[in-house]
Amino acid sequence: MVSLLNDARPPVFCPGCSHERITHTLDKAFQNMGLTGDRVVMVSDIGCSGLFDTFFNTHALHGLHGRALTYAAGLKLARPDLKVVVTMGDGGQGIGGAHLLAACRRNLDLTLLILNNFNFGMTGGQYSATTPPDALVGSAFLNQLERPLDICQVARSAGAAYVTRCSAYRKDLDAEIQRAIEFEGFAVLDIWGVCPGRYTKKNRLTPKTIDEALAGLPPVEGIVDENTRMEYGRHYRQLSGNLKPAPVPPKIEAEFQSPAAHRQELTLLGSAGQRIITAGEILCLAGLTAGLNTTQKNEYNITVMRGPSISELILSPQEIDYTGIDRPDVIVALAPEGVDRRRQIFEQIDGNTLILQAAGVAVPNCQARIHQMDLKAQGIKKPDWALASVGVLAKLGRIINPEMLAAALKIKFKGKTLENSLELVEKVATV
Amino acid sequence: MALSFIEGNEAIGRGAIASGCRFFAGYPITPATTILNTMLTLLPPLGGICLQAEDEIASIGACLGASMAGLKVMTATSGPGISLYSEHISFAVGSEIPIVIVDVQRLAPSTGSATRGADGDICFLRWGNSGGMPVIVLAPENVADCFTLTMHAFNLAEKFRCPVFIASNKEIGMTRESVDLDALATPDIINRTPSPAGKPFLPFQIDDDQMVPDFLPIGSDIPVRQTSSTHGTNGYITTDSQEISRILERLKNKLESAVAEFSFYELLGAGQSETLVIAYGVTARAAKSVYRELKSSGQPISLLILKTLWPIPEAVIRRAAQGVKRVIAVEMNLGQYVWEIKRILVDQHLDFYGQMDGRLISPHKIKEIIIHG
Repeated sequence: MVSLLNDARPPVFCPGCSHERITHTLDKAFQNMGLTGDRVVMVSDIGCSGLFDTFFNTHALHGLHGRALTYAAGLKLARPDLKVVVTMGDGGQGIGGAHLLAACRRNLDLTLLILNNFNFGMTGGQYSATTPPDALVGSAFLNQLERPLDICQVARSAGAAYVTRCSAYRKDLDAEIQRAIEFEGFAVLDIWGVCPGRYTKKNRLTPKTIDEALAGLPPVEGIVDENTRMEYGRHYRQLSGNLKPAPVPPKIEAEFQSPAAHRQELTLLGSAGQRIITAGEILCLAGLTAGLNTTQKNEYNITVMRGPSISELILSPQEIDYTGIDRPDVIVALAPEGVDRRRQIFEQIDGNTLILQAAGVAVPNCQARIHQMDLKAQGIKKPDWALASVGVLAKLGRIINPEMLAAALKIKFKGKTLENSLELVEKVATV
Repeated sequence: MALSFIEGNEAIGRGAIASGCRFFAGYPITPATTILNTMLTLLPPLGGICLQAEDEIASIGACLGASMAGLKVMTATSGPGISLYSEHISFAVGSEIPIVIVDVQRLAPSTGSATRGADGDICFLRWGNSGGMPVIVLAPENVADCFTLTMHAFNLAEKFRCPVFIASNKEIGMTRESVDLDALATPDIINRTPSPAGKPFLPFQIDDDQMVPDFLPIGSDIPVRQTSSTHGTNGYITTDSQEISRILERLKNKLESAVAEFSFYELLGAGQSETLVIAYGVTARAAKSVYRELKSSGQPISLLILKTLWPIPEAVIRRAAQGVKRVIAVEMNLGQYVWEIKRILVDQHLDFYGQMDGRLISPHKIKEIIIHG
């Protein structure tokens, strides 16, 4: 049994600090397990608990206050074979509360030792999330205003699979730490101790009073039955193990001749549920089948099932520099929500712009040429209006043609959806 | 030639995979979310890890842990997330942890406008770390750049052991565009330099001919130390001011002295120019459109598109501005990078146009500045 303590850097804690005791106990646990320094990572953050990594001849990652669990997660996912032991104080547990909750929910195989000494020792004995309200600490009366956090209750309710509350002076602490490290899952030890440099200067706290206080609480020890489940990393590898590689984006060869000789800008103005964005994509794919360069920008509300849905498209035989559309060549007006959102463009357009206007959708007075489409009368349902409009455009020979559109649909859709969409663009009338 | 139709964010994800990225952690935020989506589609089938973390602090924290375990890592967010990344950006800078960080910028301060673009974080990325050490920031102009600059970003992060930012923009990240993926000029892959076997290992030790320490991952046969504290070459905290100064000056010099190696830019119309336009990001596309129009009518104009923003490619800017009568800087904010240009071209006439209202700066506007000042 070889000690993993770093002879060159002995502990530097205040005399009587329980952290020093835990340092030696942890080393004993490592020895009992026969671990070598290259199998162990000590992850720590700020405060006196953050000194731990320097006392051991192991791998070490020391970072920012309360964030130790975040580094530990990355390390353990990358190297599941390593034993990752995290030390945090009650301070780090407070500032890193979100990470503690996430670690409990996740159940990654980490061991968290919370060195709970009820105050911020390093910065002057300020109150922490676990300071009792009647303690005298370096934060004047503020600790009287807040209720201390029961780390174990929080950890259990957040899903931690192994939770123990104990004293730093517990006789078999080394065995308990060993059990926690050997447990495959997230293990939290809330280890109560004394801070002679700050806390016990004005508060009575001894190994005996810690034992008395613990005896007055319901015991929390070891595996939490209701939270027992598969370890996160193992589960992750199981779920991802059989995934097929993601397909590469389709590569589309130019096989047709586009009716467009120069840059064409289109704006589809509709509403949620009209599949505006899909129709825009299909129009661009159709462009690609004729070797056109294309861009597509979309706009919709964050509440995606209500409000305007707009797609702005550029198709061009030349390289597309500017992706903005100020004066579109074609406007497809399918819903008042979209028309309202882009009301200003109707002031900028002239007779060169073609508007495909769905019956019943008013557009502002303007100079554009208007092509009316009564899609409803043709028995086309609203979710198909956008694609039907693209069909109209193809039939009019504007920018794309029917064979480009059919090729695009074959790239985008399969099976029944493909059949239906081909049928839709075939049947849609241009008058 | 075959064209694919993908958005900038997907191109960044695919560029990352092509670079060997095997760990991604992120938190959903518009307009960067589709990078997380892309990585979730691409990484797990390759045996990589894609984690949706509890917040942005944890996202980048997990990346730093995985990077120290030897993986190539990336995270992606927008301005509000960069704010939360700050403490870990400083960690990556000071402790030389390779990581690629994507900022798909959105409009305005704070939560701003999630679905509107801007280039408002350009100085924030440079100066958003405690200690003020340099970082590398690359700015894509289009989907092709998103792919290739991400590959360069990984190479630079590995080579210089530092965070490298991709300063994207909603207008690039969420715009789908045709791109010939097979025609992209992609760089060869660079991996961090492992410490030679048998050589005594100190985590921050360099040889006389080195600017960047060799790397061993946590989990090697030799215990490896990493710390966010001011450290000596052995990775332990130090108060030795000479050692501190040596290491901090090296952090500065390793990037600033090497910027010529990674000064990515495009210079159009050099030689017979009287007016030089300088732009970056999506704004460069509007500038290019104006440049093409004016050049074809014989006007003496040139355009410098910067793709490396930090460290500032000063030599590139000076060379491009040599002999021109007037320089015009255009950016999608109310004036940030222009102050660096002003500092570098102190004796030259410099005009500025900035716009920050969620709209792209139009070619029309840039032309107006060029013609009417």
